[in-house]
Amino acid sequence: MVMEYNPAIPLLRPHVDIDNQGFWEAIRQHRLVFQKCKNCGLLVHRPRPMCPRCNSMEKEWAPSTGRGVIYTWVNFVYANAAYPGIKVPYLVVVVEMEEGVRIISNMYDSKREDIHIGMPVEVVFDDIAEDLTLPKFKRRAA
Amino acid sequence: MAMFDQYLARRYRTTVRPRPEDYKIRDNVAIVGIGQTEFSRDSGRSECQMACESIKAAVDDAGLRIEDIDGLVKFAMDYTDEMHIVSALGIPRLNYFGECGWGGGASCATIVHAATAVATGAAKCVVCYRAMNERSGRRYGRVPGVEQVMISPNDHFGSIMPYGFATPPSWVAMFATRYMHEFGATSEQLASVCIVLREYACRNPKAMFYGKPLTLEDYRTARMIVEPLRLFDCCVDTDGAVAIIVTTKERAKDLKQRPAIIMGATQGIATQGEMMTSVYRPRISGIPESWYTAQELWRVSGVTPRDINVVQFYDAFSPLIPMQLEEYGFCGVGEGAAFCEGGDRIRLDGELPCNTSGGHLSEAYIHGMNLISEGVRQIRGTSTSQVKDAELCLVTGGLGVPTSAIVLRR
Repeated sequence: MVMEYNPAIPLLRPHVDIDNQGFWEAIRQHRLVFQKCKNCGLLVHRPRPMCPRCNSMEKEWAPSTGRGVIYTWVNFVYANAAYPGIKVPYLVVVVEMEEGVRIISNMYDSKREDIHIGMPVEVVFDDIAEDLTLPKFKRRAA
Repeated sequence: MAMFDQYLARRYRTTVRPRPEDYKIRDNVAIVGIGQTEFSRDSGRSECQMACESIKAAVDDAGLRIEDIDGLVKFAMDYTDEMHIVSALGIPRLNYFGECGWGGGASCATIVHAATAVATGAAKCVVCYRAMNERSGRRYGRVPGVEQVMISPNDHFGSIMPYGFATPPSWVAMFATRYMHEFGATSEQLASVCIVLREYACRNPKAMFYGKPLTLEDYRTARMIVEPLRLFDCCVDTDGAVAIIVTTKERAKDLKQRPAIIMGATQGIATQGEMMTSVYRPRISGIPESWYTAQELWRVSGVTPRDINVVQFYDAFSPLIPMQLEEYGFCGVGEGAAFCEGGDRIRLDGELPCNTSGGHLSEAYIHGMNLISEGVRQIRGTSTSQVKDAELCLVTGGLGVPTSAIVLRR
């Protein structure tokens, strides 16, 4: 595991609400799902109460393949401009999933010199604390 | 994703907008007063005091009286409040007041609200202001550490904070990485922006970086903040305040200064966005809020990018200038960084002088309001880097959030 935490400064927990609880419940069970409109099939992330394409409120949680590519990234190197609970350096990435939606996350197994835009990655579930599991990403063969 | 994009484009094309001839602000409203405190790293006084100082200075600058003020527009993010300001300044009454949201996106938005009030007759003389001890108080680039387990305040923060994606430089860096990847933009091109703005600041005795030139070597050897952004790609932290006074063009005739006539003042929210982390859109190498705001601004003002003599772009981070050059139509998509290369085209004798006070990168960071006062100085002919016979100036508000922009005319 690449990221190092400062236990004195806990990570902020996700905000679980009625619109996104299906997403976070699945993450707790080590499954990655995205919100899908039951009427027109549009996938969106982040979850929201209504489909922006057809305005339907009927939706379901569609399982993701867990595979994607790095779409863009940043490297936190200066502690004062980083979250104080995580030791620098650390990477935040935007992953474009095979299904077409994107998700913000961290690299689980890579350093700055290991990554590039377009690099194939797959989801891995990081049980950081008893009450905190986050989807992270690791390298995969193309 | 592609299909979704087409769908939204179709909805946009069928949007019905009011006719430009019904737009009441154009050529009817003016900025007549500007005031400010000094810009420092430690003001040593309250934000309310600085707000009052800057408002009093703007009233004096305009040749108005305190009792002429009947409207006030503040930033939602400002810690001062209108009741306190009214009492401290001895303003007898206000009949129009409100606040604008989304951090620096509020800067030109305060002018939109003030100008709307003045153009409709809801108010006669409206003050817009921003006061902040952003250097000596809470610095926006830093995250306070939490000592107990806390839950993110909303789904947006819950989608970024647990990953440590926590600060404005990192949010802009995320777009910059993709922008540089798609268009081959380089850090040398960003350095040119920083160096040119520092040259302007070195001619502006009120700038925080006055007397401190920046070389390419300084830029390159400065510490990385959030890769790919280095220290000088990020704006300065500032204590200070700026106030702007808006009234009718008719009233402006009797006042002290040459008025800066407002030709257009517009706001914009684009769909599928979120506060500074709109990474879910089909393309993130541009800023759709700025594009929509620009479209509306050019439409209602009747001005085109080719008419503009000087620009004050919101520049909390250097990549925002090339991106706005594209979104406001001064160059093609992907050409903004090349436009800035070497800096000559954005220097005083170039085709589009940009951020002539030094901007947020080198003058001060008063959340966009010091850019508006520099726009007014260009129209008055009193800038320390005066563009000869400047007729039209564009000023833009904070972007990556709901944004705003104005066009000023001599």
